[in-house]
Amino acid sequence: MDFQLSDDQRALRRGLRDVLEGRFGRDALRAAVDAPRLDRELWRTLGDAGFFALCLPEDAGGVGLGLPAAVLAFEEAGRVLLPGPAVATFLAAGAVEGAAGGTVVVTAVAGPFVPWLDEADVVRGDAAGAVAVRSVDPLTPLHRVREGAPVPDEETPAVLLTAAEQLGSAARTAELAVQHAREREQFGGPVGRFQAVQHLCADMLVRAELARVAVYAAAVTGDPLEASGARLLADDAAVRNARDCLQVHGGMGFTWESDVHLHLKRAWVRAGLGGGAAGAEEALAAAL
Amino acid sequence: MDLTYTEEEEAFRAGLRGWLAEVLPKLPGKPSVDDWPGRRAYDTAWQRMLYDAGYGEVHWDASATRRLIFLEETEKAGAPYVGANFVGLLHAGPTIASEGSPEQRERWLPPVLRGDEVWCQGFSEPDAGSDLASLRTRAWRDGDDYVVSGSKIWTSHAEVADWCELLVRTTPVSAEVPKHRGITWLALPMDAVGITVRPLRTLAGSAEFAEVFLDEVRVPVGNRVGAENDGWRVTMVTLSFERGTAFVGEVVACRRLLGELARAARASGRWDDPVLRRGLGRLSAEFGALWRLTQWNVSEAQRTGGVPGVGGSVFKLRYSHARQELYDTAAQVLGPGALDLDEAWTRERLSSLSYTIAAGTSQIQRNIVAERILGLPKGR
Ligand SMILES: Cc1cc2nc3c(=O)[nH]c(=O)nc-3n(C[C@H](O)[C@H](O)[C@H](O)COP(=O)(O)OP(=O)(O)OC[C@H]3O[C@@H](n4cnc5c(N)ncnc54)[C@H](O)[C@@H]3O)c2cc1C
Repeated sequence: MDFQLSDDQRALRRGLRDVLEGRFGRDALRAAVDAPRLDRELWRTLGDAGFFALCLPEDAGGVGLGLPAAVLAFEEAGRVLLPGPAVATFLAAGAVEGAAGGTVVVTAVAGPFVPWLDEADVVRGDAAGAVAVRSVDPLTPLHRVREGAPVPDEETPAVLLTAAEQLGSAARTAELAVQHAREREQFGGPVGRFQAVQHLCADMLVRAELARVAVYAAAVTGDPLEASGARLLADDAAVRNARDCLQVHGGMGFTWESDVHLHLKRAWVRAGLGGGAAGAEEALAAAL
Repeated sequence: MDLTYTEEEEAFRAGLRGWLAEVLPKLPGKPSVDDWPGRRAYDTAWQRMLYDAGYGEVHWDASATRRLIFLEETEKAGAPYVGANFVGLLHAGPTIASEGSPEQRERWLPPVLRGDEVWCQGFSEPDAGSDLASLRTRAWRDGDDYVVSGSKIWTSHAEVADWCELLVRTTPVSAEVPKHRGITWLALPMDAVGITVRPLRTLAGSAEFAEVFLDEVRVPVGNRVGAENDGWRVTMVTLSFERGTAFVGEVVACRRLLGELARAARASGRWDDPVLRRGLGRLSAEFGALWRLTQWNVSEAQRTGGVPGVGGSVFKLRYSHARQELYDTAAQVLGPGALDLDEAWTRERLSSLSYTIAAGTSQIQRNIVAERILGLPKGR
């Protein structure tokens, strides 16, 4: 047993972080907020980098890696708040022509919503009659599926990849909070010397780290229940870390200009796509 | 991210399982919590059995993975936990193993492994708890002895211990000597003249710990582990062991307890309450993840090859709170039974209240995470 990342996994993460931060850094994020649309060029860049084809077999033109590699990739996507139906496109690679290369954008019904319905090329699931809502997240357009439409069970890989995005966001907001606490000065020194602030930050790290091991382990075992548990912890970590990050930022945290609200809103949306906490908790309880 | 065990590790697991299946049914019943001599005899007899079967040294095994397997399998099989051997096996022993001289290792380690000698931990004092370095128990050199006077508090197992890992002040605090510079680590024989042990009753009603008064107790200089005034560094080694590995078996125990709780809730009809069910489901995710965190930390320790790192604080923080939540949920399952001391759950719920205090309070753990992991400026 060596649960830590292998050298290859570290290299993969490094490489993906370089691509994502290089191609979708803070300026690109803010530009996207000002003009929300699906960046097809970015999508193709990711496709060229092998992002969507990580788990496709090599003889199908993929990279031939497993779920552990995929969660590392989606953790990175979550860190930078990559917009677009990346999970659905990733899972369609191999089944939908062009998805693996990032030339075709695939979305899917996820719980009561379909994200990115107007911009996607292919929709999986029954989205007929879905109605647009004014999405709380400026970077995730949402449609609500019509009343009574069948809500498909989320497949384990979808549960996990979304959890991985939440993990990336939770780890990122912990970093942002620590960074701000080191730089912002009040009462003659950095606010990070105040224990009340320190303890918020410490709890953020603990949440992110617990979610991390849960997500990684579920990716290794592929166990559906473990994945549901990981999703619960990751949803919780993303939402609560974003809240605490906002608190540490003070008034700045309440502004549109700060990135904190983007993390919080996306965390809420991701938590709302899929089966929801109640279903996961019931499933875990039933197995006791 | 590899969670598979090697063939050799699986063989170790299988051998251990076989042995446990053979010996556990023959074990005598557990003594009552108030019967300290009985508890000592029970716990040391178990350690002796482990020793005879070749598992005596397992807590110090160079392979962190084998340690993990041992704790997992013994807990799953319902074997006794370290109990009164806790300090010897998990605090003082590892400290002596890493900091003691060859003679000291030879003198103190084998009796711990054989279950012949029990240790306690004399760190905390009435005026030195979280701020351990402010401890005031004094030790003077007098020929080949230290002469020790002062008092310790919250000393678990003091009543039945043969030895105490004792922190004393050998150089008074001054402008030149900060508080953590004048501390020395001594092995105190508990039968020395001048020691008075006064048991303290816990809120659970039992006497888990004691006050220890030291009145000019003579301790040979040869009982000093590490250099004079270097006790703080020696202590940090001990504390990282405590936070790093001491709680592994308990995570496994919690997962078993959750199952028992679910069975009890189904039997009593409380299971029909969705809020309760969902709470249990969330705790299941929580303890599942805590087990993975243990594997993660063990893998890290294995890679760095040494003493467990600060990751232990992350674990301890979350674990102690989760465990208390487990008993709060048990109280919901019990309903009126939660107020009945004849329910084991009720007694254990009371004991669990110490988890966020003992071995460094949750606030202190957060300070450690903030300052040592996140690198925030020293708190105020
Ligand atoms: C069941 C049990 C068994 C124990 N066994 C032993 C043993 O065998 N040997 C031994 O030596 N000790 C033992 N202890 C003692 C234990 O280590 C101390 O209780 C613990 O370190 C806290 O010290 P204190 O009780 O003096 O609390 P204090 O330090 O007085 O703390 C009081 C409150 O102040 C908070 N606080 C203190 N300092 C800070 C700070 N810097 N920042 C923020 N908050 C702070 C604490 O979190 C706590 O809430 C045991 C304790 C328990 C409960």
